Amino acid sequence: MALVLNSEAQLVRDSALEFFADKSPILMLRKLRDSRDADGFSRPLWREMADLGWTGFLVPEAHGGSEFGMVGLGQVLEAAGRTLAATPLLSTALIAASAIDLAGSEAQKQKYFPGLVSGDAIFALALEEGAHHNPNRIATTAKRDGDGFVLDGAKRFVIDGHVANQLIVVARTSGGQTDRNGITLFMVPADAAGVAITRSAMIDSRNAARVTLAGVRVGADAVLGRIDGGADPLEAVLDRARAGLAAEMLGSSSEAFERTVQYLKDRKQFGVAIGSFQALKHRAAQMFCEVEVTRSAVTAALAALDENANDASLLASLAKAKASDTAYLTGNEGVQMHGGIGMTDEHEIGFFMKRARVAQAMFGDGAFHRDRYAALTGY
Amino acid sequence: MAVVDNFRAETRVWLEANCPASMRTPMPTDEGSSGGLRAEYKNPETKIWLDRMSAKGWTTPTWPAEYGGGGLGKDEAMVLEEEMRAIGCRSPLSGMGISMLGPVLLEYGTEAQRVEHLPAIIKGEIRWCQGYSEPGAGSDLAGLQTRAVLQGDHYLVNGHKIWTSNAHLSDKIFCLVRTDPAAKKHEGISFLLIDMAWEGVRARPITLISGYSVFCETFLENVRVPAGNLVGENNKGWTIAKRLLEHERKGIGGIGAPGAPTADKPVYVIAKDAVGEVDGKIADPALRNQISVQLMNTHAFQLTRRRAAEASEAGQPPGPMSAMFKYYATELNKTRYEAVLAAGGDQMLGWEGGEYDPNHLRNTREWLRSKANTIEGGTSEVQLNIIAKRVLGLPD
Repeated sequence: MALVLNSEAQLVRDSALEFFADKSPILMLRKLRDSRDADGFSRPLWREMADLGWTGFLVPEAHGGSEFGMVGLGQVLEAAGRTLAATPLLSTALIAASAIDLAGSEAQKQKYFPGLVSGDAIFALALEEGAHHNPNRIATTAKRDGDGFVLDGAKRFVIDGHVANQLIVVARTSGGQTDRNGITLFMVPADAAGVAITRSAMIDSRNAARVTLAGVRVGADAVLGRIDGGADPLEAVLDRARAGLAAEMLGSSSEAFERTVQYLKDRKQFGVAIGSFQALKHRAAQMFCEVEVTRSAVTAALAALDENANDASLLASLAKAKASDTAYLTGNEGVQMHGGIGMTDEHEIGFFMKRARVAQAMFGDGAFHRDRYAALTGY
Repeated sequence: MAVVDNFRAETRVWLEANCPASMRTPMPTDEGSSGGLRAEYKNPETKIWLDRMSAKGWTTPTWPAEYGGGGLGKDEAMVLEEEMRAIGCRSPLSGMGISMLGPVLLEYGTEAQRVEHLPAIIKGEIRWCQGYSEPGAGSDLAGLQTRAVLQGDHYLVNGHKIWTSNAHLSDKIFCLVRTDPAAKKHEGISFLLIDMAWEGVRARPITLISGYSVFCETFLENVRVPAGNLVGENNKGWTIAKRLLEHERKGIGGIGAPGAPTADKPVYVIAKDAVGEVDGKIADPALRNQISVQLMNTHAFQLTRRRAAEASEAGQPPGPMSAMFKYYATELNKTRYEAVLAAGGDQMLGWEGGEYDPNHLRNTREWLRSKANTIEGGTSEVQLNIIAKRVLGLPD
């Protein structure tokens, strides 16, 4: 497992940093927010990302992708995190591509990958049902009906739900609400009869939605993977999502931290730069350490996932926990160290703190992953 | 690559044949080998391992062969390290000679000084200690007052050093002394090599909160030091002092690294034994969370150390992250022992006596010892100052 980027990944990193800095600065997110943009992201820009090949990083070559892998996609997500870019990278290029690749049939791959790779189709994972991430508590039901299924339930915190063409719904085909067996993944068109999608306006001004499924009828070909056997591929997809999101959070934390250090140098009080005060210096130095340590955990998780290493799940939880704690720190300290200006909407530092809270909660916060790390280690 | 592959094969065979069985087990804290004339070996295989390794120069793999070092290139040294790690070899020798003075003599010493001192360091024959801190010069190290006056062919040294680690077990001491009291404080300091057996040198162990006496006060009264024992130039010792501190901090940053002394068993096992378990989980969720925080930070830090090593292997300049190692490793080591203490409950609160498990007693003493980690070699606060200044560029 390499913790230093090879030259190919470095190239992707450099071009992604340039891309987002040029084309999707934070100003872009502010415009989408203030204009109450119906999509909440830029479709032309998404097309450009697809043209750069980013949508195909986790897609097999036979289906038009490059199989470049998680380390590569992580570089793109980190760069997107630096400018808080609103994109379907996580929902579509990472989660849907992984779910279809890991669990899908050849027919499903042929059906979905072309639109995914071209950027025409947006996908959303409809998983969460409670206020906290809990992939093992699934009450949404899928009951057999002829040779198909009927789905009923309510999903929340569905990333990119209101712009998705396809939902990947996690539903229960058997067992009790907390049983690991009995979970099945379904491909459900967003416009299927009985699907109602309501956009959620969250603090980070990014895309999420509530999805209700009322008597939604799908065919047998909608099942992604094995009936009752969805928990394992879901876990694998979630580990990738956790590491990828951790990469995005690393980018946001790095940027918030660097902006804060710059502010400490620029802002003068009592006739001197406030960065000369030891009370602030030490906290800045501690943030530096946390960002560096987080970078190591994130890089290790991405590499381990590409290699299917035995400790990939452990590292994904380590990365998400560290990224969550570090984003909390850099967001809060960013606002505090900016003082009054940090409280204004006009200044951008507050955007980082708001995104941090949403990203922390997504796919398990620090406490969730400390618990999972303990369980995986055997205590 | 073929050369390195051959080296790997030879090394593997040699280690297999020469590393004694007990030297392939985790090292208890009281079986470390620091060498010196007064060394005592609780486990005789420690000495055998030291002699075999030093005969090959592998106590200092990258030092030049002409002084008895291993003469290995970076790639070969990495292979040796990997092969040692693969079979769990203990480090054959540690101490300030290897980790601090040697590298400084290689960079700043005269040929005569290298010939005199390096072979003895490599073989573990001479143990060195560090005469840096003084009662009035702790974090403000450059405020040191020990005086050295050049009188013809020798310096006359008078002063009082403190926190000289293991001075009572050491044979020689490298000292920072003031040679020009009129100059600015950083510009009147010199670096001298002094024999602990010389007249006027006296070490007094200090009993610490742990009950251990690893630190001493060292008194220097009219000690005559030959002028040839000056390292570098007169009054230019601060540069050497700082370089040596970098080596020291790198060493301390290795705390908790693979191969470092370990507690008797994983902290979560101690916790399960003490509070019980439910469905395989430590029964106390708060303790379980504390242990996860500790283990995960350690895990992420070990990955950071590896990332730095890989970057260095790849020929990248040492990144800013190396500045954090001393700070982070020592803070982690403290929280590690806090977790052990919390896990063990009152079993870990014993001071001595047969009712306590000896491993627990040792953990408790190590908990107290660990409090020095963030003070010695530059306090955590000094390390944060360094990061703020050198890495972040924050103003004074």
